Amino acid sequence: MVTNITSFGRSGLSDWLMQRVSAVILALYTVFVVAYLLFNPNLDYYTWSGLFEQTWMRIFSLLAFVSIAAHAWIGLWTVTTDYLKSTRLRVGAQTLIILAIFVYLVWGIQILWGA
Amino acid sequence: MSNLQVSVYRYNPETDSAPYMQEFQVDTKGRDLMVLDVLHLMKEQDSGLAYRRSCREGVCGSDGMNMNGKNGLACITPLSDVVKGNKLTLRPLPGLPVIRDMVVDMGLFYKQYERIQPYLQNDTPAPAIERLQSPEERDKLDGLYECILCACCSTSCPSFWWNPDKFVGPAGLLQSYRFLADSRDTATRERLTSLEDPFSVFRCRGIMNCVAVCPKGLNPTRAIGKIREMLLADAT
Repeated sequence: MVTNITSFGRSGLSDWLMQRVSAVILALYTVFVVAYLLFNPNLDYYTWSGLFEQTWMRIFSLLAFVSIAAHAWIGLWTVTTDYLKSTRLRVGAQTLIILAIFVYLVWGIQILWGA
Repeated sequence: MSNLQVSVYRYNPETDSAPYMQEFQVDTKGRDLMVLDVLHLMKEQDSGLAYRRSCREGVCGSDGMNMNGKNGLACITPLSDVVKGNKLTLRPLPGLPVIRDMVVDMGLFYKQYERIQPYLQNDTPAPAIERLQSPEERDKLDGLYECILCACCSTSCPSFWWNPDKFVGPAGLLQSYRFLADSRDTATRERLTSLEDPFSVFRCRGIMNCVAVCPKGLNPTRAIGKIREMLLADAT
């Protein structure tokens, strides 16, 4: 058992499962958005904001935001533990990454629900 | 022209300030020798060349090395399998500290092997004769017990290069699954608990370098997948 305190779920198994579930959600969201853009070639502001006013789209988008936050945390945490061997540098990078993810998540929620 | 161009990694920490590559011309007399035979011919030219070998038939796992960029056992690797353009480059197994020339310090590799407790654990009273297995239960151990611990797989794995102190590595995990799959072992829960962190098993990214180099044709990636399935089944 190797101790860890900055990984997303404090467990390799839960991180591994979370990485896969969030990947599926992000894939579905990407396919949906790309398909929507392809099927609406003359997209205007009202159609676009109308889409994001619907509750199901807001839930789907929020789910995608949370997924990308978890996915990025797990993935970048792994990268830092592979390549940053100095503890000071690694903890610093991990803190920055987690803070940036938090900021982006709150910002995303504000854009989605604020209007 | 039967002279083979061989480039060998040399390093003697007592006399050399840095490792270097030494060139050899080896007369193979046109034969398709094993790489280990070529090393013997080179040792006749320079008796200071250090490498490990023992059984010379792929059973002991002593002469694992990097031949033209790919790990394998020198004793069962014919020149025709690795030589390109009459050139052969020999390096020690990557990622482990070099003691001298082709001899590496396997301490970290063995430490990870020790960590997975590679022995049968059973807390029930021993029966009068022996613990029996059905043929089907025994079949589950095929493809697992054959590992000779040559370290070709673990030292070809980038995850093991970056975290050899935390990631068990393909060789250790193959053996870990060998005991997890054994119907006579009762320490399954304890074994799984000790592997659940983000490093021990989950640092594997499934790139299958281990499968590509295993001289015994074993599949550590499949065993790692099975461990993940067991962990998932146990924890959900």
